[in-house]
Amino acid sequence: MSLKMPADQWVKCANCKELVYRKEFEKLLRVCPMCNHHQRLRASERIAMVADPGSFREHDATVISADPLGFPEYAEKLDSTRAVTGMNEAVVCGEATLEGYPVQLGVMDHHFRAGSMSAAVGEKVRRVFARGTDKRQAVLLFIASGGARVHEGLHGLMQMAKTSAAIARFQTSGRPYLVVLTDPSMAGVLASYASLGDVILAEPGAVIGFTGPRVMEQTVRVKLPPGHQTAEFQMDHGMVDMVIDRVKLRPTLRSLLRGMVGVLPRKGA
Amino acid sequence: MRHIPLEQPLIDLLDTRATLEEELLALQDAAATGEDVLARRQDVEARLGALGDEYTRLRDDLFSSLTPLDKVQLARHPDRPYALDYVSYLVSDWCELHGDRRFADDGAIIAGFGVFGGQQPIAVAGHQKGRNVAERKARNMGMPGPSGYRKAVRVMQLAGRLGHPVLTFIDTAGAACTPEAEELGISEALATSQLEMARLPVPVIATVIGEGGSGGAIALGVADHIIMLDYSYYSVISPEGCASIIWRDATRFGEAAEALRLSASDALSFGFCDEVLSEPPGGAHHDPAAMALRLEEAIGAALQRLQALTPAQLVEQRYEKFARMGRFLETA
Repeated sequence: MSLKMPADQWVKCANCKELVYRKEFEKLLRVCPMCNHHQRLRASERIAMVADPGSFREHDATVISADPLGFPEYAEKLDSTRAVTGMNEAVVCGEATLEGYPVQLGVMDHHFRAGSMSAAVGEKVRRVFARGTDKRQAVLLFIASGGARVHEGLHGLMQMAKTSAAIARFQTSGRPYLVVLTDPSMAGVLASYASLGDVILAEPGAVIGFTGPRVMEQTVRVKLPPGHQTAEFQMDHGMVDMVIDRVKLRPTLRSLLRGMVGVLPRKGA
Repeated sequence: MRHIPLEQPLIDLLDTRATLEEELLALQDAAATGEDVLARRQDVEARLGALGDEYTRLRDDLFSSLTPLDKVQLARHPDRPYALDYVSYLVSDWCELHGDRRFADDGAIIAGFGVFGGQQPIAVAGHQKGRNVAERKARNMGMPGPSGYRKAVRVMQLAGRLGHPVLTFIDTAGAACTPEAEELGISEALATSQLEMARLPVPVIATVIGEGGSGGAIALGVADHIIMLDYSYYSVISPEGCASIIWRDATRFGEAAEALRLSASDALSFGFCDEVLSEPPGGAHHDPAAMALRLEEAIGAALQRLQALTPAQLVEQRYEKFARMGRFLETA
């Protein structure tokens, strides 16, 4: 940018490149008022938007990647990612209330190694469902992931089976599993727990697909039409229940919980 | 016989043998006309005899020091036995079933019922590649779309309802990576297959017979007992894909094959499979019947053990088995 201006007052939309007044951008939950681009969120930001204030209690923050294969340069990459993001892993898990409903919450964060699924991520997600099963509480996950973490080989891949088995068991709890697909929701994560939601919501414009567009274009040697593998595309093909603007997410989740878990008694009643 | 680069020295020896055998025939013809060829005949016969020993020595040498990449190439060998080959050895009264009951029949997955070991009804679901151009096209190179996995789920669930064990055979480079597969929900199909396998109330035995390629493989892999053949591999991504993602250089696939620890022995050491079956000299394609016999014994033993468990115990143990998979750290 050649124009000098206080960087903290203005935000440039990653999609339409328009400048947006930061205070307005934050009020709109980091959605561009010009083009409705939903900016990728950090897990902490997402939790602050979704959980009732002060209700979130983190679990399993000490479950971290072990570099099980001694994969070249992986340990160094993990160290630098942890330093840059201040996070331990690509998912933050815990419990919270949402409009008074107790939920087991898991929020993936694309900023940590593209939100890729390590053995630690899979284990943390498994424990979310295990707690949901034991406590008979709804599970709410936010997906933001490029897929399984290649550096962990089968240790990553097997998390697909692990989490799917955990959901099979959770389905005996009588509680719903709600999942929100955000940008991006791809590959091994989409082909396991992200697709097994009882209700699947998606943020507008999120890229959602199994095979990355670049790989697919190389394989089938056709240029994919614009909008292929977006939230709207998945909605059109019956894979998603609602494409929902971020501002409407919390009231929608509340309605889903009321309709699927039950109506809570009014406070003080 | 088709071959892979690893086998080239052996193929050269076989060519030399063929030449010597022709020479020998020519000498026999010459002897019939009264020519004295005894010395030359003895020489050729001696060389032929030595060649047989050399072949065995060279083969054992090559196969005693296979790199991970060699094993990937053996797993992809065009003559390697496929799922239906093993079915023909292991299963009598085989009836293949077709179609996902929604949309299509996917040739990249075979599924059906039959009898194992002469007595035991079983269901089978497996990836299936093709032997020639037409078959490969019909079977989409063994890369199934959603219909394939939905057919497999239909047959596995039926086995669960009927109380019969399920055998799966894993042999795919990966699930279909086409726009059509996306439109029909490949991710949902893969996820659902794993979820449904996790709760099958019957014994499930999976065997990786060739390529265990990523999500397309694990979607048939949620089993109580997991067998790998020695020259099969199981990996989160192909070595080529790994090299191009990590190093942006697909030519470094040999390095990637090492780093991914994708061989059967690696999988065993990490607990991702329960046993590795050694292969006949030169690989399963040199003696499919012998390989099938070893597999039959391994499956029979696993079945016997698993059939002592109740449906609830099977589902519980399967959950626990996968809950333990993958190494991570947990600090206090």
